[in-house]
Parts: sequence; C-alpha cells; structure tokens
Amino acid sequence: MTRAERIAEICASHRGREGPLLPILHDIQREFGCVDAEAERVIAHELNLSRAEVHGVVSFYHDFSAEPDPRPCIELCRAEACQARGVEELVASAEAAAGERVRLKPVYCLGLCSVGPAARIGDRLHARLNAAALVKLVQSA
Amino acid sequence: MTLVRISDDALALACGADAVAAAFVAAGCTVERVSSWGMHWLEPLAEIDGIGFGPLFPEDVAAVLAGTSDKWIGAIADHPFIKRQQRLTFARAGKTRPLSLADYAATDGWSALNRVKSLTSPEIVAEVTHSGLRGRGGAGFPAGIKWRTVLEAPGPRKYVVCNADEGDSGTFADRMLMEGDPFQLLEGMAIAAQAIGAQQGYIYVRSEYPHAINKLNAAIELASEHIAPFRVEVRVGAGAYVCGEETALLNSIEGKRGEVRAKPPLPAHEGLFGCPTVVHNVLTLAAIPHIMVPGGAGLYDSLGIDRSKGTMPIQLAGNIRHGGLFETAFGITLNELIHDIGGGTASGRPVKAVQVGGPLGAYIHPSQFDLPFDYEAYAGADALIGHGGVVVFDDTADMGALARFAFQFCAAESCGKCTPCRIGSTRGVELIDRIRTGGRDADAVEALAQMHNARKDRRSRAEDLQLLEDLCETMQFGSLCALGGFTPYPVRSALKHWPEDFA
Repeated sequence: MTRAERIAEICASHRGREGPLLPILHDIQREFGCVDAEAERVIAHELNLSRAEVHGVVSFYHDFSAEPDPRPCIELCRAEACQARGVEELVASAEAAAGERVRLKPVYCLGLCSVGPAARIGDRLHARLNAAALVKLVQSA
Repeated sequence: MTLVRISDDALALACGADAVAAAFVAAGCTVERVSSWGMHWLEPLAEIDGIGFGPLFPEDVAAVLAGTSDKWIGAIADHPFIKRQQRLTFARAGKTRPLSLADYAATDGWSALNRVKSLTSPEIVAEVTHSGLRGRGGAGFPAGIKWRTVLEAPGPRKYVVCNADEGDSGTFADRMLMEGDPFQLLEGMAIAAQAIGAQQGYIYVRSEYPHAINKLNAAIELASEHIAPFRVEVRVGAGAYVCGEETALLNSIEGKRGEVRAKPPLPAHEGLFGCPTVVHNVLTLAAIPHIMVPGGAGLYDSLGIDRSKGTMPIQLAGNIRHGGLFETAFGITLNELIHDIGGGTASGRPVKAVQVGGPLGAYIHPSQFDLPFDYEAYAGADALIGHGGVVVFDDTADMGALARFAFQFCAAESCGKCTPCRIGSTRGVELIDRIRTGGRDADAVEALAQMHNARKDRRSRAEDLQLLEDLCETMQFGSLCALGGFTPYPVRSALKHWPEDFA
C-alpha cells in the first residue's frame, strides 16, 4: 500500500463522523510523525475540501507538524504554576544535556500544577523535577 | 490479605504511584487503584483500612506493612485538609474505582438520571435554575438560563458539548474529575441531553491529558446502556489554548481552525454545526447529578454567598506547601486557602502574589487576601475566579517578567482573528521590554526623514506606561474573546501592586 492509499484509508475509517478532520489529522500525525503537503492533498481530495482549507487547519494547531522530527521529545511545562515552582532555573542545564539529540519542547500546562516542575514523554508523566532529575530524564530519553 | 488503595490519577502516576503499587503487590498485598483524594503533596498516597501513608517510595512499603512507617498520616477522612471541605462534585474522590460501574451505582450513581426520566424538560430546567448553578468554566453564566434558551430554540438537532480543554495553568479539577469519576460527567451530560432534547454529545479534551482521554473512552463504552439513547464521543484537541473558548472549541470539533466566532449568535441558538448547543465546562456538568437528586437543588442554593451558589472545587497550585483540590462553598478567603489550608509556600519564603483564574487572571497582592471567593467580589476588585485555580508565588517572583509572560502567552496562543489580541499581545511584549530596560531611542527606520509620523526622540517612562495602559484598554474592550480581553488583568495588576519590578 502506498502512503497516499494508507492516508485515504485513514480518512475512510472516519467516514460517518461529524467533523472528521481533527481525528484524521491526529491519526496521520501519530502514524507518520507529520502531516505534510502530500497528506494534505489526499485529505482534501477525500473530504472534498480545498487544500488551503486543510493546510489552514494543520498549520493552526501546535500538535501537527509539516516535517517529521525523529528525535525523542520531552515536553517541559513552562506555565505559571511550574514557573512558581522554579522550572525556569532548570531550563539551561536541561538544554545543555539535550543538545541536538533530544527535542525539548515547552508546553503550557500538563495539569500537574501542585507538584511541578512537570514534564511529559509520550504518555509518561514526571513531576517534582529538580535539575538533576530533569537532566537524567533528558539523558535517558 | 491486606487491601491497599492507591490512586491511578495522572498526578499520582507522575509522582511514582505505579512503582509503589507494584511494591505492595510484591509484598503480597491486594492493590486497588482508586481516584485521588486530591492531597497532592502526599501522593503517592496509600490507604490501608482508612489509614493513609504518603508520600511513598517503593522502599517505604516494608515499613508501612510493619507498622513502623514515619509516613503515617492517620485516618484520611479525618485529615484537616479533607475535613474542612464540603465535597459534592468530588464526593467520590479517593473512595471509588474510576471505571467500576458497581462502585458508581453503590455511591448513588445514576439515581439522578433515573429520576429525571419521569420529569418533563421544563421541570428539569426549573430545578437547575433553582439550584443557582453557574458555569464553572470562568464566565459564571447561569446554567438554567442557558438550558432554557436551548430548549426553546427551534431545531431538529441539538447538542450537548462538554468543554474539557482545561488549558489554564494552575487548574486540574477537570482532569481529576474525568480521570476519577467519569461516569458522573456522563450522567450530567445525559441529564442535560434529556432536558434540551439532544441525541449527541461531545467531550472536547485537550491532547495534553492522555490519561483522561483513555478513561473517558472506556467509561463511555461501559456506560452506553445507562445513558442511551444519548451518545457521547470524545474529541481530542490539538494543543491550542484558545480552543477552551467555547466558539473556538465548536469550530475545532467541526474540523476547522480554532478561531473564535463573533457573538451573537450565541451557541445556544447557533452552536455546533449551526444547531442549538449547550456548552458547559466539566465541573458544571458534573454538578448536575447531585443537583438533580431529591432536595439537591435546594441544598445547592443554600450554599455559598450572594449570587455565587453551591460549591467550587478550588485548585491550590504553584508554590504552596499543601497543594491539591479543595472543594468548598463560595465565600472562603485567600488567607484561609493559602495560609490555614495550604500551609504557606512550599519554599518556606513569604507569599508575594497569587494568581487566581489561570493565565488571564489578575495577580492578587497579600493586602487583598481577605477577598471572599465569589464571582462578583472578584469582579469588583478587577480580578476573576475563572476556573478556580490558585497559583501561589513566593518573594522570588519577578512580576515584571510574569506580566511580560502574560503578553507572550497571548501572542503564542492568539487565534489571530481579531487585531487587538493578535497584534496587541506582541506590542505588549515589546512595550514591557522597553519599560524594563529604560526605553529606547528611535531606530534606523524611525529616524528616516520620510517617516514623518514616527517619533524621533526618546519616550519617557511615564509615556511608555501611558501607552501600556492604552494598549490594555484596547485589548480589554476590543478583543473578540477572553484571551485578548483578559490578558490586561495580569499585566495591570502586576504593574499596580509591584511597580518596582518594572524598573
């Protein structure tokens, strides 16, 4: 099966849903690590939308990316509650440990605001981080 | 065999609950995974015969079982943090297994839904109106009036939409409810659906909450017979804070950019796919089951102060010693919340500021800590309750940097539809930088002779502050939604109470 056929199949699996675009984009992002121009073209064709409409949606949301990033990704909460618990002081050492190998992505709130600083790797959550714990997390990612 | 109860809430997992549970299993205990009590500084918290131990590490397990652990906190139900609360929405917190239909039925689950099946729509709406319940998402709009509007709106299709896009920093009550008591949310949605005549409901959950998404999907499958013919589907957000605004959320479910819609038309008239739609926050819908049991509406109305009725699940977060979920009747003061209940800052340093209501809420100075928790009292003090998040900062906080962050966050998350928010937020960041670094001279472009209207000399601090005030006013009154409209709250309050941090 070609990539385009697989994307068409994903679109078909959501047929019958009201407003299926976001669930489709999530599936494609999960499977291919990105929603690129080719994917947008197939989705537009399958949903009878213009490519501009699909691209407008893809580019609006932070969760979808145009190119895959194969690096491991650590999402570090940088919102107010984690700032109050000192996350900003951990950033420099974490960035140094991450270098180019690990992607350190800021997020705004993981809902762990009473036990921050908090981070997420995939579906695994980490709380009460200090500089050493975060560096260890980065190194083992 | 010893029965040990440990939470499987995302926060407990983040603090290492799985490893502790595994250690108890290895020691020959039976482990039951329940919802979280909401005492977050004690997580992972283990409960054995009503007695609590926490925060635990796997190596503490042997001492706990031998009865020699120094992590002993006594009977959980008698803990002052629990005892001082009045839990209605979170009545089951810590006590039931989130996905156990048996536990839910044994704790009065479905009784409200079964009762409303014999009531007419106007009767249900009248009871919700009588309870005085107001939207818990932040705006505080009376729920009964919203329901009546949708009920009376003509249309063959109507929807119930649950706003679970809990993006505010310092809030986690929606997440705890979805993970800890998902059936209660579904029951509330089913009652709303019956009242307004909806067949389909959506729960829009942010993608940052994978555990809540899994629990909800499992709960919907388990409860489908109970809520039938009503159907519910979980829709996952995609990392846009602005989708917590109800019209942006509706656009997002429809598969569009999460741009805000101009109101009117209200979603109650033209909401999801143009149909009349009830949009409520998780906590509003979860309050419905205990309001719709006999006498529930009267009880709700009797709690709270003034026009803020019932209870509010307040979330104590940030630099606070005893953080967690504290549900209580409206009217409690910040002094009680932060010092008596929260035990002051986690760092042990003095409290400098408290932000109530998420990133768009005002920073409150300790001199205002006697303000009662009440929608109108906060509005009168140029602050907002929002979703009930309380974030504490100690004296190391830089309020100028936090004001800059408010603009920066708005710039990052603006949907871009209206100019005050899209452009104003970026100009705000620049302006605060300029104020904090002592102004700047005209740049190369501004100095060009052709730039007739550009200013050639240096602006004074007073002029820049005036410009900031103008910008705040433009954003507050000119923005389409609360993102641009409320960003001036944290900025203005920081500048008003801590001007020294802007020097």
